[in-house]
Formats: sequence, C-alpha cells, structure tokens
Amino acid sequence: MAAPVIILRATGRVARRQALSRGSRWVLLAASLVGVGVLAYLAYDTIDTGASRLTWDFLTSYPSRFAERAGLRSSIIGTVWVLGATIVLALPVAIGTAIWIEEFAPKNPLLTVVKLNLANLAGVPSIIYGILGLAVFVRFASLGPSILAGALTLAAMIIPMTVIAAQEAIRQVPQSLRDGSLALGATHWQTVRHHVLPQALPGIMTGIILAVSRAAGETAALIMLGAFTFIAWDNTNLFEDFTTVPIQIYNWTVRPRQQGFQVNASAAIIVLMAAVLTLNLIAAVIRERFRHE
Amino acid sequence: MQQTLYPGGPGAVHQALRKRPLKRRGEFLIMGMLVLCATVSLVTTGLIIYVLFSESATFFREVSLADFFLETEWQPLFDPVSFGIWELVMGTFNVVFWALVMAVPIGMATAIYLSEYAAPRTRRVLKPVLESLAGVPTVVYAYFAVNVITLQILRPLLGNDLPIFNSLSASIMLAVMVLPTIASMSEDAMASVPRDLREAAYGLGATRLEVAVRVVVPAALSGVMASILLAIARAIGETMIVAIAAGSTPRLTLSPLESIQTMTGYMLQVGLGDAARGTIDYQSLFAVAAMLFLITFAFNVASTMLVNRFREVYE
Repeated sequence: MAAPVIILRATGRVARRQALSRGSRWVLLAASLVGVGVLAYLAYDTIDTGASRLTWDFLTSYPSRFAERAGLRSSIIGTVWVLGATIVLALPVAIGTAIWIEEFAPKNPLLTVVKLNLANLAGVPSIIYGILGLAVFVRFASLGPSILAGALTLAAMIIPMTVIAAQEAIRQVPQSLRDGSLALGATHWQTVRHHVLPQALPGIMTGIILAVSRAAGETAALIMLGAFTFIAWDNTNLFEDFTTVPIQIYNWTVRPRQQGFQVNASAAIIVLMAAVLTLNLIAAVIRERFRHE
Repeated sequence: MQQTLYPGGPGAVHQALRKRPLKRRGEFLIMGMLVLCATVSLVTTGLIIYVLFSESATFFREVSLADFFLETEWQPLFDPVSFGIWELVMGTFNVVFWALVMAVPIGMATAIYLSEYAAPRTRRVLKPVLESLAGVPTVVYAYFAVNVITLQILRPLLGNDLPIFNSLSASIMLAVMVLPTIASMSEDAMASVPRDLREAAYGLGATRLEVAVRVVVPAALSGVMASILLAIARAIGETMIVAIAAGSTPRLTLSPLESIQTMTGYMLQVGLGDAARGTIDYQSLFAVAAMLFLITFAFNVASTMLVNRFREVYE
C-alpha cells in the first residue's frame, strides 16, 4: 500500500503572499510582451499598408508630385553614397582611437579626458551633430548640403559609439597572445597589427555595422544640414546635393493626407527596415560565429 | 672551415640591425597617427562647444539673457517677437514626462521578469527582440505616432476633438523608443546582484515577488536609476517623433492632449526653413541647441556617475 501523501498548504497571510507572487509572474510577463506586441503590430500595419506599393518601379523612379509615380531611386542612391563615405571617414579614425586607448596610451590625465569625452559624445543628441555640420561643414567649409558634408557629420556622430565597441573587442583579446608575440621578438606595433587586430576584428566589425545601421536611419541631423531637397538625378560625386531614404519617408509623412503619399511612406519604411534589420542580423551572425572560437 | 653564425651570411646581422631603427621610425609615424585619431573626438567636442556658444553669444547680443529666461512666450516669427525659452523647455518636459510615466513601469517590469522569472531560454529570445526596438529609425516611429497611434487608436478612443498633432501620440512612441534602454540596462544591473542575497532572502521564507521587489531591485537601484536617466537624455534629444507628431505650437502646458512644440521640434522647423545666416531665427537655433546640449549633458553625466558607483560595489 502506498504511503499517504501529505500536502502542506499554507494558510492565511502566507497563502496570500504566495498567491500574489504566483500572480505576479503573469502580470510581469504581460508587461514584457508590450514592447514585442507594439513591434509586431507596427510591422503588420506597415506591410498591410505599403506592400502593394512596393514594386520595381517604386524602387527605380525619381520623386514626383504625384504619389503613384514617386519612387525611391535618388534617395537609395544618396543613402548608399553618404553611408559609403561615412564608413571610409569613420572606420580608420575609430579603430585608431580604440587601438591608442587600449594598447599604447600612457595612463595619464589625457587618457582619462579622451575616455570621458567619448562617453559624453556618445550621448549627444543627433540634432546637435546636425547643428555642428551646418555651422562647420556646410557654412564654414563651404561644402554646402553635399554628400561630403553629410558623411562628415554622420562620421562625427558614429565615431564615439564605434570606438567604444572596438575598445570592448580589443579588451577581449587574451593577454597571453600579446606576451607570446612580444617574447618572439615582435615589436609592440607588430604585435598589435598581426595578432591583436585580427583577433578583435569580428567584434570591431559588429560595432561598425551597428553604427552604420544607426547612421542609415538618421534623419534629423541630415535635415539640419539642408538635405531636405528634391533630387531627380543620380549622384555621381561627393560634392552634390543628396537625399536619403529616411528623409524621403519624412517628406511623404508630412504631406497633406489626401494626396496619398502615406502609402509611399509605408512602402519606403518596409525598404528601410529591411535594410536596417539585415545589417543587425549580419552583426548578430558575426558575433555568434566568432564567439565560440 | 669557418662557421657562419647566421645562415644569411655576415651581412645578415648588419642588415637586421639596420632594419630596426627604420622600423622604429615607421612605428613612430604610426604612433603619431594613432594619437591624431584619438584627438579627433576631442576636436569634435571642442567644435560643438565653440559653435554652440559663439553663435549663442551673437544671439544674446540682441536678446537679453533676462528675456530668454524670464519671458514666457516663444514667438520668433511674428511681431512682436519674443524669445522666452520656457515654452519650448516645457514642451520637451511634457512629452518626456508622459513617456516616462509609461516606459518606467513597463521597462522595470520587463527587467524584473527577464532577470528573476524567465527561463534562460526565454530570456535569450526575448532580450534581443526587445533590444531590436532600439534599432528602429525614429522617423519610422514618427510615422506611426500620427498614422497609427493618433488616427487609429487615440481619436476613436478620445474623440475627434483631439488635435491630429498632440503630445500624447509623441509620448507613446517615445516610450516605445526608450523602453529597451530601461529594460536592458536595468536587467543587466539586476542580473549582477550577487546570488547570495537572493538565497538569503529565500531562506528566510520570502516569495519570488518579495525577493525581486525588496531585495534585487533595491540592490540594483543605482543601475536602474542610471538606465532611467539615460532614457531621459535620449528622449529629450529625440527630434523626429516630436517634430512630426507633437505639433509646432509652443505652449506652457503639461496636458498630453494638446499640440505643443519641443526644443528639438523648433530646431528642426528652423532647419527645414533654411534660415539665412545672420538672421535672428538662425541664431536662435544655436541658443536653443546650447540649452538642449546642457540639459542632455547633465543627464548623461549623472547617469555615468551612477553606473560607475554601481560598478565599484559589485566588481
């Protein structure tokens, strides 16, 4: 015969405390699904509104005052130009800064100032970078609202966050690797160049890609430069005016509703989000792949 | 037979020695370039401060500091012009306040759930999904604030008297935007609270909820506060959501159901108008930007200081 099963059940105040705790799980779970729910609904609404407009013609037409003829051609080309130039400008500076801080900088007040400064720059609102670009690149350097002025502004904006990510990656490289290289007679720079940098590269790449995806969605800073313009040609050099996909989305969003541009805005959002999510996915894949090696 | 010390012949040593100083000279150059890279960020900060304050100085030659801080009306476009900053500061405070009313409880609840309740697998899925909310370009949120929040949700709920551009729709999207900052940073802070504290509390008979609320949250409080301060700084500096959804009417109000204008909203408005250099509009842009810079700087510094204190306690 089986032994009698005794169930101890709390009563009174303890029972109430336990019930409250059990109930709290579901309340907290519901709260943490709010963000995901909003994201899902936004995705559904955009696709529902914009998917039908997303044709090859839409991607290859210039902007137009007629909603059904307008497209993303000049803004996609402008985005590629300005992001390409941003990467070329920001990448060497960001990696150089991170190497200097982590490998060469003497522990002195200058290093502290550089580090504090980077942390604060990373928190400066993007529109302030737009003001900087307007006053320094567009007006003072007379570059006008050009691709180069836009790229310099975006580079200034993403350098701090890229440096912080690159620092993190360089710090992850085991010290034994550096010691081994130095013991074999390599100089400090050779050690960094041939051993530390290759090891840190996946982490640095992840940081860069995330920063570029931030720059790809940036709107306010570029509008401040004067990039809110009508472009109906293909960019061919760095000194031309330009527009980007987020600026085009802004343009269509603020048009009077009856003209039908909201559908275009939705379709353009699908394009922009696909690009941003792809960049984030690539970053995640790189991080995962190299984590285990 | 004479033995050579080096396989490359007697010249090899010499050559190797000659290479050394050359290599060092090259490395000297590389070091110089690295230092140059590191100064770029210092120059950026220097330029930001110089631009903001030199142009503001020109502005304050025409508009007195007293008018800027004591006048209550912001009316730069029509006569009589008036530059009282408080309507814009209040506009920013309005949207940020209501955004926090929504984002802080939800963000905290999410952090507590992920850190104290969720199975490791759930957390591994949920946290990255939540963080991806932070990667959404804010112009996309701005589009939704008008087209989804106001037109599909708020107007059917509150009636058509609600202005199409209202601060509530902007606050809701700002809350979504800062939610991952609060949830993710607070979760990090809670996850690094030592296990011993939790086990001691369980040992004394505390329930899971009591452990979370009375032990883990207080122990992680400085990290949680830091996440909220950072979220405030981000929300204050956000431009597209408030410029598109909150309107362009400067007002001294905390009501979420009115059309208002924030500091960043005003700046974008001037930027769109392509204000000519030397006009009072153009200069007012820099005065507002300087104010915005100082306010966000204060919140960022406060957040960093809290994080540093928090690190000292647990590492």
